[in-house]
Amino acid sequence: MAKNKLKTGAQMVVDVLVDEGVDILWGLTGGAILPVFDALYQNSDRIKLVDTRHEQGAIHMAEGYAKATGKVGVCVVTSGPGATNIVTGLTDAYMDSVPLVAITGQVPSHLIGTDAFQEADVVGITRSCTKHNFLVKNIQELPQIMRDAFFIARSGRPGPVLVDLPKDIAAASAEVAIPKHASIPLSKFVPTPDFNEIAKMAELIKGAKKPLIYAGGGVINANASEALYKFARKTNIPVTLTLMGLGAYPAGDRQFIDMLGMHGSYRANMALTYCDLLIAIGSRFDDRVTGKLSEFSPHSKKIHIDVDPTSIGKNVKVEAHTLGDMNTILAALTKQSVSKEYEGWYDELDAWQKKHPLAYQQNPGGKVLPQFAVDEIYRLTKGDAIITTEVGQHQMWAAQFYKFNKARRWITSGGLGTMGFGFPAAIGASFAFPDATVIDIAGDGSFQMTMQELAVMKEHDLNVKVVVLNNKFLGMVKQWQDLFFDKRYASTSIPVQPDFVKLADCYGIKGYRAETPRETTQVLAEAFKIKGPAIVEIVVDEEEHVYPMVPAGAANKDMVLSKEEDRAQAMAAMKLKLKGGRK
Amino acid sequence: MRHTISVMVKNQAGVLSRVSNLFSARGYNIDSLVVGVTDDPKISRITIVVRGDERIIDQVEKQLNKLIDVIKVVDLTHDDFISRDLALIKVKAEAHTRSQVMEIVQCFDGKIVDVALKSFIIEVTGKESKINAMVELLKNYGVLEMVRTGEVAISRGKKVHEEEGPKVKMRAGKAGQANL
Repeated sequence: MAKNKLKTGAQMVVDVLVDEGVDILWGLTGGAILPVFDALYQNSDRIKLVDTRHEQGAIHMAEGYAKATGKVGVCVVTSGPGATNIVTGLTDAYMDSVPLVAITGQVPSHLIGTDAFQEADVVGITRSCTKHNFLVKNIQELPQIMRDAFFIARSGRPGPVLVDLPKDIAAASAEVAIPKHASIPLSKFVPTPDFNEIAKMAELIKGAKKPLIYAGGGVINANASEALYKFARKTNIPVTLTLMGLGAYPAGDRQFIDMLGMHGSYRANMALTYCDLLIAIGSRFDDRVTGKLSEFSPHSKKIHIDVDPTSIGKNVKVEAHTLGDMNTILAALTKQSVSKEYEGWYDELDAWQKKHPLAYQQNPGGKVLPQFAVDEIYRLTKGDAIITTEVGQHQMWAAQFYKFNKARRWITSGGLGTMGFGFPAAIGASFAFPDATVIDIAGDGSFQMTMQELAVMKEHDLNVKVVVLNNKFLGMVKQWQDLFFDKRYASTSIPVQPDFVKLADCYGIKGYRAETPRETTQVLAEAFKIKGPAIVEIVVDEEEHVYPMVPAGAANKDMVLSKEEDRAQAMAAMKLKLKGGRK
Repeated sequence: MRHTISVMVKNQAGVLSRVSNLFSARGYNIDSLVVGVTDDPKISRITIVVRGDERIIDQVEKQLNKLIDVIKVVDLTHDDFISRDLALIKVKAEAHTRSQVMEIVQCFDGKIVDVALKSFIIEVTGKESKINAMVELLKNYGVLEMVRTGEVAISRGKKVHEEEGPKVKMRAGKAGQANL
């Protein structure tokens, strides 16, 4: 009998996945995606499929995996509600440049457009939250589309790509060779560096007295931490990182001056304001960094190095810029740049640090401060854990007080600010590094958004610890209400909550609870000692605010540094109001 | 400022939607958008007239370039280019005004393509400003209906997407090249 080379569409999908080096993916099945899950079932020796409880869980797990490894994360879900449930994750990945391929089932081709059961216009819905998306029209083009999807997801500025696959095409058989290469040139994504501009940058560095490196997640995406380190160490220029960039430069290094931006350190934001040369590397002048644009870093000339042309000149005008592979650019720039002492500049930075360091005052007999809890997590894990977070106050405290010396240890939702991201992301990261301790530093509000994935954590016995800093509030919004809405806590108080210890127990997971600083240290130590899943609830002071804080729309130098200062400002505002009288 | 941007795209379903979606999602204002196939049936050409300052136009170009289905973006505004708009105008033409309307049509190099008892349909092509001027005049007689194509444009001499080819050397994408 002649050798039968016929393959189903679903089998082609699996073959490309394997060829792309995918050994794990996350998903939730359903009618339209059934053929693909069937093929995955038959290929379970080649690819591990993790079944999640909700599609949002699946895509955030794929994101967590991608952020921890730098590889493309993959999730596969069904049509209609399955696909719409991943829209948040796609948008999150798009904002934070996470390489992702999402495969969605679609109703059979002949039913498309008829409002069939579980039909949704998925390519239409996801057009503005994916780097690119495909609706597969026939089985002949399927392997090339799959190949292109991976290539697009990982090339240049990474991002999510969606492949919408009608059920009939997944089930059909054909004889189609799997192409070796993508059909798109790499130059579409990675421009060639402009070496004249790099020379110009070296000149600007030569003339600078107070230079500052402001690096972001682009450095991590380009795997250029090493190159950044060499550049900074050779030139002796101080380094600040964005929220997404944490870990791109070792926090323990003497040139590191902490995170900048809305909740960045006083030192970093003052440095940003008073530097005379700002070197942006893989960062995008986001509004949480620039504050009031017209007063952003007013004394500096600016240099921008990135891979995405649209990032250049979008918000801030720069004197010199180049696009392309960051390792190449940084290596060239390092070679041409001078080394200087910048003594006076470092003195200034030290003085700012001395004046307002990132600090907190934990009263041993008082309520647990969330900063203390994060600090203890840092101390007990010796900075070696992979940290994920949800979104809110706890996220900022984690960013401020957990020190990252390596890239890809910090996994957070920056651009979109997706509550519920951290827990599934921790699960995804744990699958990538099963021996590592992965900690989701969570708030009580966020954790309750995706905690159904506890089942996945239990099923796979993952070494994931969920540390819930419980203040029974949506704390960051409460903080804004404290500051700008006269303490009217509209919809931010969430007094009714599960007993997290019992919740853990009912999933067969270890649960801990701490209400004092002493207990905090104890239970964290205990939870980290044993390998395996755990939930640690720490009851924290609900009155604590994240400082420093650059109020939205204010200039970076006008940070609010403490509650006392807040009160003083509020009083001043009140007086002004009284003077004005009634109108 | 008003810019005329020519975009070469793959002639595929959904491309127009991607382009128009980009404009609405990012809040750019389009004056007109025209799409049609080129001499190569696999490629379509979209002519977009957009208003904005330098920063916005720069972003428009870059964002368009990022779309996978976009082959080439050229801002014609800086070039020597020809642009044309076509209008079909149904205008009142009663016995006592007919000759006057016909005179206007002649002045503007238009054509009367349909004659009814009380109206004409006029076809006219030209720069946007010329058509605007004609319409202004015809309003005095009563414009019943009008349809315009929006601006199409082409640069003089060279073929934009060949001679101005990409600066970077094209390299076929390989599977397994991570994180570039």
